[in-house]
Amino acid sequence: MGSIATPEFEVLNSELTSKIDKILSENEYDASKLVGILLDIQDIVPKKYIPMDVAAYVASELNIPLTGVYDVITFYSSLSDKPRAENIINLCKSIVCRTNNYMDLQKSLEKILGIKVGESTADGKFALQYSACFGACDVAPAIKINQDVYGNLTEEKLEEIIKRYR
Amino acid sequence: MKEVKISINNQEVVVPQGTTILEAARKIGINIPTLCYHPDQAIKANCRVCVVEVKGSRKLAASCSTPVWDGMEVVTTSKKVLDAQKGVIELLIASHNQDCLNCQRNGTCELQNLAERFNITKTDMDLDILDIPIDDTNPAIVRDPSKCVKCNRCVEACRNTQGVDILTYSHRSDEYIISTPYNLPLNSTLCTYCGQCSAVCPVGAIVERDDTDKVFDVIADEKKHVIVQVAPAIRVSIGDAFGLSEGEIVTGQMVNALKQLGFDKVFDTNFTADLTIIEEGNELIHRLKNGGTLPMITSCSPGWINYIEGKYDHLLDHLSTCKSPQQMFGALSKSYYAEKTGIDPKNIVTVSVMPCTAKKYEAQRPEFNTEGVRDVDIVLTTRELAKMIKMSGLDFKALPETEFDSPFGIGTGAAVIFGATGGVMEAALRTVYEVVVGKEMPSLDFEPARGLKGIKEAEVDLNGTKIKVAVAHSLSNAKKVMDMIDKGECPYTFIEVMACPGGCIGGGGQPITTTLAAKAKRIESTYKIDKEKLPYRKSHENPAINHLYDEYLKEPLGHKSHELLHTHYHPRNKKVADIKLK
Amino acid sequence: MSKTVSLITENYNKYNPDSIDEYINIGGFTGLKNALNMSSDEVINIAKASKVMGRGGAAYPLGRKWEQARSVPGDNKVVICNADEGEPCTFKDRSMLENDPFRLIEGMAIAGYTVGAQNGYLYIREEYRHLQPKMKNAIKQAKEKGYLGNNILGTDFNYDIHVYSGAGAYVCGEGSALIESIEGKSGRPRIKPPFIKQCGLNQLPTCVNNVETLAIGTALLTHGAEKYLSYGTAECPGTKVISIAGNVNKPGVYEIPFGLTLREIIYDIAGGVPGNKKITLFQLGGASGKIGPPSLLDTPYAYDDLHKVGLVIGSGAILVIDENMSVLEFLKSIQEFFCHESCGKCTPCREGNKQIAHILDRLLAGTQKDTDISTLIRLAKLMSQASFCGLGETAQSALLNAIRYFPEEFGLQ
Repeated sequence: MGSIATPEFEVLNSELTSKIDKILSENEYDASKLVGILLDIQDIVPKKYIPMDVAAYVASELNIPLTGVYDVITFYSSLSDKPRAENIINLCKSIVCRTNNYMDLQKSLEKILGIKVGESTADGKFALQYSACFGACDVAPAIKINQDVYGNLTEEKLEEIIKRYR
Repeated sequence: MKEVKISINNQEVVVPQGTTILEAARKIGINIPTLCYHPDQAIKANCRVCVVEVKGSRKLAASCSTPVWDGMEVVTTSKKVLDAQKGVIELLIASHNQDCLNCQRNGTCELQNLAERFNITKTDMDLDILDIPIDDTNPAIVRDPSKCVKCNRCVEACRNTQGVDILTYSHRSDEYIISTPYNLPLNSTLCTYCGQCSAVCPVGAIVERDDTDKVFDVIADEKKHVIVQVAPAIRVSIGDAFGLSEGEIVTGQMVNALKQLGFDKVFDTNFTADLTIIEEGNELIHRLKNGGTLPMITSCSPGWINYIEGKYDHLLDHLSTCKSPQQMFGALSKSYYAEKTGIDPKNIVTVSVMPCTAKKYEAQRPEFNTEGVRDVDIVLTTRELAKMIKMSGLDFKALPETEFDSPFGIGTGAAVIFGATGGVMEAALRTVYEVVVGKEMPSLDFEPARGLKGIKEAEVDLNGTKIKVAVAHSLSNAKKVMDMIDKGECPYTFIEVMACPGGCIGGGGQPITTTLAAKAKRIESTYKIDKEKLPYRKSHENPAINHLYDEYLKEPLGHKSHELLHTHYHPRNKKVADIKLK
Repeated sequence: MSKTVSLITENYNKYNPDSIDEYINIGGFTGLKNALNMSSDEVINIAKASKVMGRGGAAYPLGRKWEQARSVPGDNKVVICNADEGEPCTFKDRSMLENDPFRLIEGMAIAGYTVGAQNGYLYIREEYRHLQPKMKNAIKQAKEKGYLGNNILGTDFNYDIHVYSGAGAYVCGEGSALIESIEGKSGRPRIKPPFIKQCGLNQLPTCVNNVETLAIGTALLTHGAEKYLSYGTAECPGTKVISIAGNVNKPGVYEIPFGLTLREIIYDIAGGVPGNKKITLFQLGGASGKIGPPSLLDTPYAYDDLHKVGLVIGSGAILVIDENMSVLEFLKSIQEFFCHESCGKCTPCREGNKQIAHILDRLLAGTQKDTDISTLIRLAKLMSQASFCGLGETAQSALLNAIRYFPEEFGLQ
C-alpha cells in the first residue's frame, strides 16, 4: 500500500490548553463563534496557526465535528493549518496597491527579511505573505503586520517598522 | 397538496407545489443532465450541469434546486442552455484526470457519459488538475483526488447518511477539495470503510480496492484449492450490473459464472449466516438467563464494528461475540473443511464475494487467522465480481442456473434475509422464539423488522418475558441507538445494526447504480427467496448446520465454537484527530 | 468651494468616538428616540419617502427591504449589519466604524425596531479586527445608557447587538455566506430558496443591511427624509459616501451629493491624477464592478445615468487607473483577486476563474491561442449566467465591460 504522510502536529500542552480554555469560556463555548475563537487561539499558538491537535481539542470542547473546524481553518485566509511565524506580514497585492507599485514594497521587504513572499524567516519571527485588499487603499501601498496597518511606505520606513517587531 | 401548472419547452405539465424543475421535466420525458444530484441525497446545486432557462430570470436556474411556480415557463433545449451545460461539463473535464482508459470507472463514469452525450470531442480549455497523492493506505477504499469533480456526494454520504463525518469539503477556489481533516490518510481516521462514498461517487475518485487480479492469480495457481463464498445480498443485486431489472434473483446464473471462472468450489455464505443465528441466538438466551450485558447488538456488519470500536469503544461489551458469517466461513474453511477434504489449509484460498468494502478490511484484521493462515484471503465486492464475469466474456443473462456445492452450499430463508435490514433480527427471532417458547413463531414473516424505516422496533413475548428489540440501518441511525444506551435510556434487549442504508443490499460494494428504489426491489426479492424458493426458513432447520454440530462443533457456544466462531473487539487506535466528542 | 457634503458623515471629527456622552451631546440617539415614538409603518414610510437605495452593492430600496422584513411572520427576527466590505478599493464602512460607531449602533437599533427584531449582529471583516474593541465598547456604553437591552428608553422594545468577526473571505459579503460565517462555519453561500429574509441566521427571518445604509437610517430618523432629499438631483436625490483610490492625488472617503460627474469627483475632490497622467480606465464598485473608459468621465454619479452607460455604483468605490497600467494588466489583477476569493463550491466560478486566468496570462505574454478570445467571452458569460451565487455572477463584470469598451485590447476591432 502507498504511503501518504500523517501530519504529526502536537503542540498542545497544559499551558496552551488552559489559555484555549479561557478563550472558549470567554466565548461561552458557543460554537457559532468558532471563527472568532479560532482567530484568538491562533494568536496564542507559536507560529500562528491551528495545529491538528488544537483543532481536535476545540472540536471536542465545542461538541462539533473536526471536519467542520478544518473546513473553517482552510476556508478563511486569516487562518492557517500550517505553521507560519511569530509575526505575519501581509502584503496587499490588490489592484489599488498594484497601481501604487506594491512590487517596490515587496522587493524592500524581501531584502530586509532575506526571504521571499510565502516564506518565513529562519528565526521564526516573520512570515511574508500576499494578502487581498484590507481596506487601506487611501494609504496604498500598504502592509499589515498582525493587526497593525502601515501605509504610504518607503524602504526606510519599512526598516524602521520591521525593527519594532524583531 | 396544491398543484401548479408550468410549461417546459412549451409542454404543459401539472405538478405538486414544491416540485423542482428537474423532477417536473423528468415527468414528461425530458432528461435534464445532472452530476451532483443524487436521488437519495439532499440537493447540493453545486455542479451547475443542470442549468436551464426560466423566462423572466436574468440568470439560468439550477433545475435541481429551483422549485416550480404556477405559470413558470422553462426552456431546456435552447442553444443558450445547451451551451451553458456543455461549458460546465468542459470545465469539469479540464480539471479531471483524464486517464479514462485506465480507470476503474471506465464505462460507468457519469462524467464520461455526459461528455459522450454532449458530443465533446475537443476542448479549448486548459487541462489543470490538482496534484494531490492517491490515498491507498487501507485495504478497502482508494481515493484519487485528481479525479474528483467536487460534487460532494461522498461528503453527503459520509456526513449525513452515515453520520461518520470523515470526509469534508475544505479550502476554496482552485484549492477547493474533498478531503479528510488535515488531509489525513483514511487509515489514520475513524473511517469505517463502509464504502457508501464509493457507491455514490459519479467518477473514479473513490473506488473499492481492486482485488480481481489476486483472484485470477490464485485460480491460475494449480497448487491452490480456491473456494468462494457468496454473501446473501449478491444474488439480488449483481444482475443490475448486467442490465437486468433491479433486484432480479440471479442465484443460479451467479453460481454458474463462478464455476466457469474456475473456482474449485462455490459455497454460500448463507450457510454460516445460519450458523451465526444458532450461535448468536444462543448467546442472547445465555445473556438473558445469566444477566449478561444487554442490550446485545449484532456484529455481522464490519462497517458497524469499525464504527463502534472508534466512537463507542466503552460499549463494546454490548456486541455479540459472534464473528460475521464471512469470518465464520473463513475459520471453518481452514479447519473443518480442510480436515474433511484432507487439503492443507495453507493451500486453500478462501475468497468472498461481498456487497461490502468494509469486508475487505475485516478479512485483514490480525485476529482473523488460524495458525498464521488467514481465514479469508481475498474479498471481492459485487462490482469486482461483475467485472470478472464481463472480462471472461460470459453472457450473464444467458447463463444456465447452477446449484451451490456442498457441504457449505445449503442455507435457509433465514440466512437469505441477512441481506436486508431487519433480516438478522427476524432470522434470530425465528430461532430464539422456538428455542425459548418451544413452538414456531405465530408468523414467520416478522413485519415490524422489515422495510426502510431508519429505526424499527418491536416487542416479542418469550414465554411471558416481553423483550423489546430494535433494528437500525445506516450508521447515523446506529448512533441514535448508541446514544440511548449511553444515556441509560435504551429500552431494547436485542438490537440489529447494519452500517449501510437498507442493509447489505445497499452495501458500499454494490453496483454503482444503487438507489433507494433499487434497494426496495432487492429487499422484495430477498423476502421472495425466503418465502418461495427455499425448503427451510429457520436456521436451526438447516440440515448441514445440524450435521456440522453433530460432527464437529458439538454444541452452540461450546469450546470449538469459541475457538472458531467467536471473537473480541478492540478500541480503534486513537490518533490525535480522533479525540472523542463529549 | 468644496463639492463634498456632510450628512451621513456629519459626525466625523465632531466627537470622541469612544464616548457615548459626547455622542449624546451632539444630538446622538435623537433618531432612535424619534423612531420609538413612531409606529414601524411610519419609519418604513420615511425610508420609502427618502428613496434610499441599499449601499451594499445590489442597491435594493431600503423602504421596501424593511417593509418586507417586517411583514415576514415571526416573533424572533434578526438584523445583520454587514461590515464585511471586501471589494478592493472600498473602505467607506471602515471610516464609519472609526469615526462614528454610535451612529451605526443607533441605525441598527432603528432597523431592529422597524422590522421587529430582538437581536442585531454586527459582522466585521477580519481586516478590521482592530476596530472590534471600539465597537464592543460602544455597544457596552449603549447598554449602560439604556439604548440597547431591555425596555429601551422606557418602551417595550428589547434589542441587543452581538459582534462577530470574519476571518478573511470576500464571499462573506454575500448575505447567506455571511450568515454561515456567523453560525461558525465556512462562508459558502446557501441554496435559495429558502431566502434569508424568511429563513436566515439560525433559521430566523433575517434582514441584512450595509453599514452605510444603517448610518443613513440614523440620519433619516434624526433629520427626516426631507433633509436627505434636499441633496443630489431630482431623479437621484441624496448623498453617497464614496471611497476613491488608485492613481489619484487625494485618495480617501468623501460624502458627495448624487449627480456630480465622475470628472468632478476625480479631479475636483480627489485632486486629479498624479503627474497629470492620462486615465486608462476607471472602475466603480470594487472588483466585481464595471469599468469605463475616460470618455465616460462626464457621466453623472447617479444610479440611472451610470446604468445607461453600463456602469453601477456597487460598493461606492471609485478606482482610477492611469496610463502606467494597461487594460489587460488591470484585468489580470482583478482576476487574481477572484481566483483567490471564489469559495470553490460551484463549477463555473471555481474552474471558470482558473481558465480565464490562464487566458489572460497568455494575452499578456502574447502567446494566446486562436480560440482564446472566444473561450474568454464564452467563459465570462457562462460564469455570469450559471454560477451559484453573486460572486461568480459578477466576477467577470470588468472583463465583459472591457470587451465592450476596449475591444481593440482583444483584437476585436
